Amino acid sequence: MIIKRKVAVVGAGMTLFRRRMLETGKEMCFEAASMAVESAGVSIRDVDAVVLGSAPDAFDGVHMKGEYLLDGAGAVGKPYTRVFVGGGTGVFAPIAGWWHVASGLFDTCLVVCEEKMSSLHPHPQHAFWGIFDHTLERPLGVNLLWIFALEMRRYMHLYGISEEEIAYVAVKNKRNALDHPCAQLAARITVEDVMRSEPIVWPIKRLDSSPPSDGAAAVLLASEDTARKICKEPVWIDGVGWSIDSAYWTNRELAYPAYLAEAARMAYRMAGIEEPRREIDVAEVYDPFSYKELHHLEGLGLADKGKAAEITVAGITERDGDMPVNPSGGLLGVGNPIAAAGMMKVCEIFWQLSGNAGKRQVKKDARTGLAQAWGDLMQFSSVIIMRS
Amino acid sequence: MREEEGVKDGQDISAKGMEHDPVEHNNSKSKRSSNNYAGIEVREDDLRDGRYMSIRYSARFRYRWDTGIAVGRFLEGLRNGKIVGSRCKVCKRVLVPPRIFCELDFAQVDEWVYVGDTGSVNTYSISYIDKQARRISNPVIVAVIELDGASQGMGIMHLLGEVRPEDVHIGMRVKAVWKSREERRGAITDIMYFKPL
Repeated sequence: MIIKRKVAVVGAGMTLFRRRMLETGKEMCFEAASMAVESAGVSIRDVDAVVLGSAPDAFDGVHMKGEYLLDGAGAVGKPYTRVFVGGGTGVFAPIAGWWHVASGLFDTCLVVCEEKMSSLHPHPQHAFWGIFDHTLERPLGVNLLWIFALEMRRYMHLYGISEEEIAYVAVKNKRNALDHPCAQLAARITVEDVMRSEPIVWPIKRLDSSPPSDGAAAVLLASEDTARKICKEPVWIDGVGWSIDSAYWTNRELAYPAYLAEAARMAYRMAGIEEPRREIDVAEVYDPFSYKELHHLEGLGLADKGKAAEITVAGITERDGDMPVNPSGGLLGVGNPIAAAGMMKVCEIFWQLSGNAGKRQVKKDARTGLAQAWGDLMQFSSVIIMRS
Repeated sequence: MREEEGVKDGQDISAKGMEHDPVEHNNSKSKRSSNNYAGIEVREDDLRDGRYMSIRYSARFRYRWDTGIAVGRFLEGLRNGKIVGSRCKVCKRVLVPPRIFCELDFAQVDEWVYVGDTGSVNTYSISYIDKQARRISNPVIVAVIELDGASQGMGIMHLLGEVRPEDVHIGMRVKAVWKSREERRGAITDIMYFKPL
């Protein structure tokens, strides 16, 4: 593998995450993208190329969202592309941005992720209808939470994990989000609150779930030469990985995300990481549901199979713990505008590693961080390793 | 935005949104903070009662989906009260739902077999919402069922019936409950649900 150039994150920005923002998608893109560009002290004229990430077009009812959003994303007159891998988009879009720059094609690349889920009525959930097989799955009345609840139940069963243990994730992340100025669902709650919240698709309860959200987030990437010129604290993207499993999801073992282990191996190898548990100082892993944080920690090799709940209950993943996980507050606390939520995690690792996370700054001296997202039919993962 | 009275053309009529700043800009070059306009959720009754202007958009796309070769045989089997799988010559897996290729070996598959209409619950969940996320009064039990005669771990998604949610467990033996021969039309719903064996 030959990588021509090192790539750094040199700026980041995001909007508020809310159930409904009054801004259109374009306007939100502008907020996030211009914040990312200006925080790097450059202007849109210094941006060579733009990558946009956004999830299903059905949320907006506009079936060419890349084009729809481009003006707000700063892409006019530039090489521009949209990437889409479902929920994994938010961490995959910066990977696409990375290869724009690592390849030597461009010195800078602006990566913008947006989601506006509130437009669709009665509920954005309905947009997911269209991701299922029209002949074998839709006639059963499937909704998206069915398959996540099936995965959660299988995971609990195989490793003997309780709903209470899983609830610790929601408690931690919603509390972390109290320190995030953009957060939608920050709260001080207890394990009992989670257990008492109504089941949506059991074993997933309301407080185990991230909300539908509107929002956008963006980063500016630059080649090593450019980054050193414009930025005092560039944060390097040292490893990227992504992988996908079969779409025949009922034919796979759901308790363990093998595709994520594959994506992580790719990223660790590139970053020269041999012992992720010792070398990753802070992680933002995809947490649309509380069990997913645990599932993903195991897929990433940051916990033994079936043991992520144990380290969570023991407080190791708290912001002041040995391995802080989702210090931002995650999707459970900050919100889940799908592609923008994954990108928010990349922004958070940038802010953490550059010492700019303010009240959210992890206690330990964080030098190496990881961001991960998950998507499509529970079968795709994208991983980024960053170092300051 | 309301129209403002007595304002001259060209005069600043800006309204401000919420300020937020996700970063402590202690080292950053930019002191930019932004205006964001957080809205509130518009609910169904708000639209019904006309509190917001709304545009009703329904795209009337109509699809005539081909079943394809493998799923076509599977549906034909269902009409006859049988579950059809296919077997990969390379890895010997019996695939359900069947396909004409093995996605692991990337080999052509042309051997067809019947599998049982009995099996074991691999995992299950209990849905209290419909596909539009509306609460439903009678929860639906959903399961992945590993069919007897298919390779291990080879499940299909279907519903469970004639059982209370609290009595379902992983590993539970179940059997398909079929519609009558006259009612079957070559669809996944020719099996109404699986019930405990």
